[in-house]
Amino acid sequence: MTITQANIDAHLIPILEQVSDPEIPVLTVLDLGVIREAIEVAGVVSVKLTPTYSGCPAMDVIGDDLKAAFEPLGKKVQVELVLAPAWSTDWISEPGLQKMEAYGIARPLSESADKEVLLADAKKVLCPQCKSTNTHLVSQFGSTACKALFKCNACLEPFDYFKCLK
Amino acid sequence: MKNENLYNYILGIADNSLILGQRLGELCGHGPSLETDIAGTNISLDLIGQTRSYYQYATKISEQEKTEDDIAFLRIEREYKNVLLVEQPNTHFGYVMGRQYLFDVYHLMMLQQLQFSKDETLAAIAKKGIKEVSYHKRFSGDWVKRLGDGTAESTAKMQEAINDLWRFTAELFDMTDADTAMALEGKGVDVSKLKEGYYKEVTALLEEATLTAPEGMYFSRGGKKGVHSEHMGYLLADMQYMQRTYPNMEW
Repeated sequence: MTITQANIDAHLIPILEQVSDPEIPVLTVLDLGVIREAIEVAGVVSVKLTPTYSGCPAMDVIGDDLKAAFEPLGKKVQVELVLAPAWSTDWISEPGLQKMEAYGIARPLSESADKEVLLADAKKVLCPQCKSTNTHLVSQFGSTACKALFKCNACLEPFDYFKCLK
Repeated sequence: MKNENLYNYILGIADNSLILGQRLGELCGHGPSLETDIAGTNISLDLIGQTRSYYQYATKISEQEKTEDDIAFLRIEREYKNVLLVEQPNTHFGYVMGRQYLFDVYHLMMLQQLQFSKDETLAAIAKKGIKEVSYHKRFSGDWVKRLGDGTAESTAKMQEAINDLWRFTAELFDMTDADTAMALEGKGVDVSKLKEGYYKEVTALLEEATLTAPEGMYFSRGGKKGVHSEHMGYLLADMQYMQRTYPNMEW
């Protein structure tokens, strides 16, 4: 499932593409799939934003960044936080996943494979550095709520894995 | 207040997450290892995030001019509705994981019912929370097993923690007036019905961890009615310090 482009006014997309996730700056808010709706009516842009995790501190920053992005264009932004439907890693776009990997964060696996690597030490996560799947879990929790910490047994580099959330 | 029962019901759920989040936050920089330190603060962040969603909703239905910060930081001890379990101190890592596991099992069961609430906002917060709390339970359950089925010392310490914390578990299933009223309206969860499943699940994991579930225990109650243990005042003094000293401060 890709992000619901239908809810986003086409002329707003180039501006939204300039707003990135503060924790993973290579991803735009559109790549991440956190913008559920962006509609402009009479110079006011209404944005519906959904958090990745309930406590994600990036949400406040993204809200401020959205306002800053539209301000030079003389547009006001109203940000509404929506919780339902709950965000899923399926909403990250394919180009987003590719950018994430190039940035050094392993992409989320399928739900069943995710359980195997996080619970049963299965070697399935691809090292973003050397592309080996000979990797192991170091910590179920990582530098942000959405990530777990892994290490590659082949090239010995530690790396982040973006946890599957469905 | 017109929706007093709903307001109190929301606070009853949210205060558990806030106070446990605060306890876990105290560990920031003090965890026994880097990984467990990060885990504790990550879980804390999820819980405080959930708390914010609940409090923001509570401010909407409150007829008073209150912000989420007012609700979090400017009540007196008797006005907090969290259960005694979540305010218990971080005595040692076994306690932290034992407390977490005993709460996580309840928390997940409760949210799994709350997602069917007739109240759309509560249902949405619950659906989001289920994904997070499942992960918390996985983590805390793993540690109870690892410590319980570990060395002689870790087994003894984990058993000691379970023995001490067990007396706080029965309160989880007590129904307050707000709980009963909301359950009748189909907005809240009848937590008394979760009791049997809870003890079954917890006992099974304890067995796997080579630990014993205590029997014939006296159960402590009171948190839900605002009658807290001696630890709560210290926790609040720490948590409320900034808002009390610099009123209306924001980050």
